[in-house]
Amino acid sequence: MATMTAEEMLSIEARHPQVFRRPAYKRFGPLLLFTGTLLYLVYALWFFSLPQVLWESHWERLPLFLTQWISYDLQPEFRLDQPEITPKYPRFSALGDNPNPDWVIKNADGSFTVRIDGRAKSVTFDKTYATIVAHGQTVPVALTSGKPVITGPVPNWITAHDDEVVAKMGFVGEVRVTVDRVKVRKRFLGWANFVFDTRSPFFGKSAGEVISLVMSGPELKPGTSNLALAGDNIWNNAQWQHGDVWTKLLQTIVMAFLGTLLGGIVAFPLAFFAARNITPSGVLSQVLKRFFDFMRSVDMLIWALFFTRAFGPGPLAGSAAIFFTEIGTLGKVYSEGLENIDDKPREGVLSTGANGILVQRYGVMPEVIPVFISQTLYQWESNTRGATIIGAVGAGGIGLKLWEAMRTNSNWANVFYMVLLILLVVFIFDNISNFLRRRLSRTIHDYNRIQAKQG
Amino acid sequence: MTLSVTAASGATHQTADAWRRQTSLRRLYTVLGVGLLLAAMLSSMWFADEANAGHFFDRLPHILDFLSWLVPKDWNDVWRALFDIASPRDTGTQEFNFPLGRVYVWGGFYVPEYFELMLTTVNVALVSTFIGFIFAVPFSFIAARNLTPHPALRLVVKRFMELLRAFPEIVIAGLFAAIVSTGPIAAIIAIGLHSIGALGKLFYEINENIDMRAEEGLTAVGANWFERVRFADLPQVLPNFVSYTLLRVEINVRASTIIGAVGGGGIGEELKLSISRGFGAKTLALVLLLFTTIFIIDQFSAWLRRKLVGEQAFMMGS
Repeated sequence: MATMTAEEMLSIEARHPQVFRRPAYKRFGPLLLFTGTLLYLVYALWFFSLPQVLWESHWERLPLFLTQWISYDLQPEFRLDQPEITPKYPRFSALGDNPNPDWVIKNADGSFTVRIDGRAKSVTFDKTYATIVAHGQTVPVALTSGKPVITGPVPNWITAHDDEVVAKMGFVGEVRVTVDRVKVRKRFLGWANFVFDTRSPFFGKSAGEVISLVMSGPELKPGTSNLALAGDNIWNNAQWQHGDVWTKLLQTIVMAFLGTLLGGIVAFPLAFFAARNITPSGVLSQVLKRFFDFMRSVDMLIWALFFTRAFGPGPLAGSAAIFFTEIGTLGKVYSEGLENIDDKPREGVLSTGANGILVQRYGVMPEVIPVFISQTLYQWESNTRGATIIGAVGAGGIGLKLWEAMRTNSNWANVFYMVLLILLVVFIFDNISNFLRRRLSRTIHDYNRIQAKQG
Repeated sequence: MTLSVTAASGATHQTADAWRRQTSLRRLYTVLGVGLLLAAMLSSMWFADEANAGHFFDRLPHILDFLSWLVPKDWNDVWRALFDIASPRDTGTQEFNFPLGRVYVWGGFYVPEYFELMLTTVNVALVSTFIGFIFAVPFSFIAARNLTPHPALRLVVKRFMELLRAFPEIVIAGLFAAIVSTGPIAAIIAIGLHSIGALGKLFYEINENIDMRAEEGLTAVGANWFERVRFADLPQVLPNFVSYTLLRVEINVRASTIIGAVGGGGIGEELKLSISRGFGAKTLALVLLLFTTIFIIDQFSAWLRRKLVGEQAFMMGS
């Protein structure tokens, strides 16, 4: 770049004063905004006492919860103070009433071996002595002196408490040894009993067996066909509750659909009276616009809580809450859409002597209907997402079920199942709505092109 | 509309016939579509009514009954509840223990409980919008077709943002509530993650519609990707970005109230408690405060957006 003389610089400055002599608020605005944001963030740190909260939070739970989304565990317990050692499984264990897993081995001398991860991670024990094997190390634990005693060095994956030895083996599980019992937790990848629960006669059968039973097997339950029985068993699976989950999911979809559609139907005529360029009275326009603002500003939560009290919990309350909020939202966007129309078609129809309704029908509606439908679809899409969450306050649908499954912090696999279903529904509805809106925007585009051509 | 054809020429007849055929076909489609929608609506209504605890027509005559608890015995109690002033009705019950929640700041000067809760809710919304904005801006430049540094990276970021947008906020809030053990932080994380996805999508759609000449100019002088984004693209899109972020603040205030009601703290939780126990004066005070706050935030944000990008800020979805 050629060097500029001082005069050239001055002349440029004189020719473009708006670049060099900007008003103070423009020069210092960004800096002020930046400082303000920074100060606000410091305030927020203090307000939420963020450092303290983060310091005291249990981050070690996060990987634990996340593994529970896609895995399940079995927890056999062995009492050592009984005459004979027998494994005991908790009630409603994923293995059913007669568990006999091949990773619990009863040895010839009365001792037990539990293989948590093949031979590499296992525990072998009798009433006096336990041997824990993991990470290439073998750790003997003596149980005779009234408390568990580890002979030799204690590796870092074992925690020796006063009355209990805890051996952590990573994802696959852990072993807890006390003087009178051995507790094992073995973790499996996947979802247990997703199709049939342990009460079902089809439980534990391979897919081939189930199919052949359904096709040609003898009736497992007299009076019902095997197909109907299998369907009923899946639908009423006690652990996964497919039937209930799917019904609740449908409720959520219905809530969003019904609320948005009814909101649109009510907002549509009102919008004509609220639009400044169409309404017969300015006062009416103002009243209606404030009414829309009111319906929007009374939060969907407030509506949901009120209607839950009025109608009782369920999708009716949720639909009504979305309906009331949507009257406000759609009324606002419809009337704004009407205020942005081109007035010429309307004047044209008016000049033919048509009455009020005909003017709206042929002069206004062809222009706004595609826009209205597009905006309604957009709201429908966003309400499908929002309907999940108002369900959690009792307004019906899958939200409450999700919330209850989460509250115990033990059903994370069920939570994940529902999340996957919700994601699927949102994905499908997004695509439907996007497809329809693309078709419509082509209509709008064509309309604008024809108008432009005609001037 | 009908066309009256007086000219007897064959061509006119043909045109008129074609027109008639077309309109009757369109009318048929319209009737079919509306009929289908009506059927879907009626069956949905039936389904919602069946699944509900109380049925529509059973409850309709009593719809206003439940409002009777809402009307306080003394309207002044609403103001007292709002500003934590002792009520003459206070006998130690939860319904009228207004001064209990005072948050003392300096000596005898206090912030009323509900204002403090409202502040929490608004702060949750602001901080989570900020998180959304900070992450959505770089993501949006990667995800825009015309600006992306690499197509594969674009796809990854786009899918990631889609996932964040669709993932139910309530699950993230529940998960983090078990980890950080206080509601508002979990709510911030949940709404913040959602905002990244939501803002990111709007932002990259803006980015895909920018004027590329500034970008080409900077490419010609050898600017790298960051310089191009910073000096050619960002100045074009920033007003729109800020406008959408303000819109997001409005949405997030509502989201933070709702998350609050399911355990995220703030005013939502108090409102849910108050309604479920039938505390008339407290409920009215809370509704009044929430309504006013949301109204003010909406109006302020609308005014600011109008100043920033003009009427364009109010065209949505089309």
